[in-house]
Amino acid sequence: MANSVEIRNLDLSFGSVEVLKDLNLDIAEGEFLVLLGSSGCGKSTLLNCIAGLLEVTDGQIFIKGKNVTWAEPSERGIGMVFQSYALYPQMTVKGNLSFGLKNAKVPKAEIEERVARAAEILQIEPLLNRKPGALSGGQRQRVAIGRALVRDVNVFLFDEPLSNLDAKLRVDLRVELKRLHNQLNNTMIYVTHDQVEAMTLADRIAVMKSGKIMQLGSPDEIYNKPKNLYVADFIGSPSMNFLEGQLEGGTFKKGGVVLPMTGYQYVNPLQVTDRPVTIGIRPEHVVTGELAAKAPVQSEVTVDLVEPMGSDTLVWSTFEGNSFRFRMDGQAPVTNGDTIKIGIDPAKGSLFDTSSEDRL
Amino acid sequence: MADASVNAMTGPSGPKPKRVFSSTNIIIYGTLLVVCLYYLLPLYIMIVTSLKGMPEIRLGNIFSPPVEITTEPWVKAWSEACTGVNCDGLSRGFWNSVAILVPSVVLSIAIASVNGYALANWKFKGSEVFFTILIFGAFIPYQVMIYPIVILLRESGDGITSFIRLFNSDAPNFRLMGSVWGLVIVHTIFGMPILTLLFRNYFTSVPEELFKAARVDGAGFWGIYFQIMLPMSLPIFVVAMILQVTGIWNDFLFGVIYTKPETYPMTVQLNNIVNSVQGVKEYNVNMAATLLTGLVPLIIYFASGKLFVRGIAAGAVKG
Repeated sequence: MANSVEIRNLDLSFGSVEVLKDLNLDIAEGEFLVLLGSSGCGKSTLLNCIAGLLEVTDGQIFIKGKNVTWAEPSERGIGMVFQSYALYPQMTVKGNLSFGLKNAKVPKAEIEERVARAAEILQIEPLLNRKPGALSGGQRQRVAIGRALVRDVNVFLFDEPLSNLDAKLRVDLRVELKRLHNQLNNTMIYVTHDQVEAMTLADRIAVMKSGKIMQLGSPDEIYNKPKNLYVADFIGSPSMNFLEGQLEGGTFKKGGVVLPMTGYQYVNPLQVTDRPVTIGIRPEHVVTGELAAKAPVQSEVTVDLVEPMGSDTLVWSTFEGNSFRFRMDGQAPVTNGDTIKIGIDPAKGSLFDTSSEDRL
Repeated sequence: MADASVNAMTGPSGPKPKRVFSSTNIIIYGTLLVVCLYYLLPLYIMIVTSLKGMPEIRLGNIFSPPVEITTEPWVKAWSEACTGVNCDGLSRGFWNSVAILVPSVVLSIAIASVNGYALANWKFKGSEVFFTILIFGAFIPYQVMIYPIVILLRESGDGITSFIRLFNSDAPNFRLMGSVWGLVIVHTIFGMPILTLLFRNYFTSVPEELFKAARVDGAGFWGIYFQIMLPMSLPIFVVAMILQVTGIWNDFLFGVIYTKPETYPMTVQLNNIVNSVQGVKEYNVNMAATLLTGLVPLIIYFASGKLFVRGIAAGAVKG
């Protein structure tokens, strides 16, 4: 597949502050790529660079094989959706949708046609003659998406488009976005700090930290095989449990805990030597009850705190002096102070070199 | 349990009752009333006096309302009062002021709004330095610059004259010094620092994403200014207009220095009427003339007071 967007050795600094450092990224045609990271990691900055709203300090950006590093935003063949919707308040919905086309001197009949089509796809036809002030948050965001849609562009850029919506609407619009992507098959680059959005929408996720991509991979890879401690800790809610210990002859040891790592897929099996390591175990990979008895490693913990969430229950406990979280069935009768048998399958965990923080 | 329910029945419930005639209220409203009267008294005396005939004024009861209401002083102030050799009243000054005011206000607001827009949204290298220098201008007492500007206007007028004569050797002298246009330029320049600050702060408060969206939509510098920013900024334009109209209308110093008797603005002419030393002092005409001169800013303020407050709150405080 041809690359839709290519970023080559991109640098961006504001004065002496380096926001993006030597960043490379290839995005395939029709791919849904999510840039994920905590605030200040440079994900929005990267998006603004792709859009041409920020001038890069060094490096190149290609869209559809064309070098657009010096091109104006409107010449790049992109449409952008912003967190605050950024609708022009004094124009009607129709005016908002057609503004870009008018600037591009598209013939009137075609503007009508494109606006009508976008309005149909997004189901905002009854709103066309309203002003943005008379719309709800969800409707506004739909109009904002429509504004990108009418431009008939190759690449859609989303800058946290759902962050200003309430929780329920966010879920609805998330599904709609996914449907839209299936329908249009455009390249979409989506910036968010919400990992659920990232996991559900993305073909590939780029987890970013201080201007660098920590891991680029499918949601499955990111979740199950995080490349380093940062990604492992960042992805997943509640986050992974970590135990620092020692790897000795293929076995994790910490105090009284011995976890044989048989069945664990090492990144590079030939280079695994004894060293200080950190093991990460997802709360949902810890089993309780009857399943615990069948697990390779079994132990008992005392419940410190219970967070019932309806569908499941999150239990906070202490394991080998570390805070340890695991999920239980929502109906499970647990209260503070209970002692629970847990089972762990170390092969499902993730091993990291404690000093380099990279996955083993 | 029983105690609680009794308390619930008899204890405080609903809004706390407020006493209308509390001592705080009396002090606050009493003070406001006194201050209000104190400030309105001169206005009252002016209006009353302007409606009296001279015989009634000579009786000396300045607080008493007119026994016989006459509009003659107003008519005289507007169309008959003499300044120097001209005896056509304040009307000449009024139209001079309008001729100065309209281009000055339009020009200064047009330039300052584009200035502010560029400084807020199209930051260029050194734009902050440029802005600082401009704001610094607001703190220099303008009396310092009066004489340099006299020279500047005179010389540039001569310059323009010789430029025109390159094409037409019989062209008359072009003068900026002493002409209405010279004064318009002066007003435009002196309004620039504060107006630019006002507009910059307002445009800075417009969400940046709106500006970005417009750029993605292919609008350029002027496209964004006219189609996005202008329609959103009515309040701040009203504020700027009020500031400029009152400032320029009330200006005396620049008017008396940079124009000549035929083009004197209303304020200068008012001074000449009130301060004339010949003949009898016609207090009623003087009062009427003063009220006439003050009418324009007053009307502007009352007509747009609400927008003014809104714009001040939106533009001047923030940033």
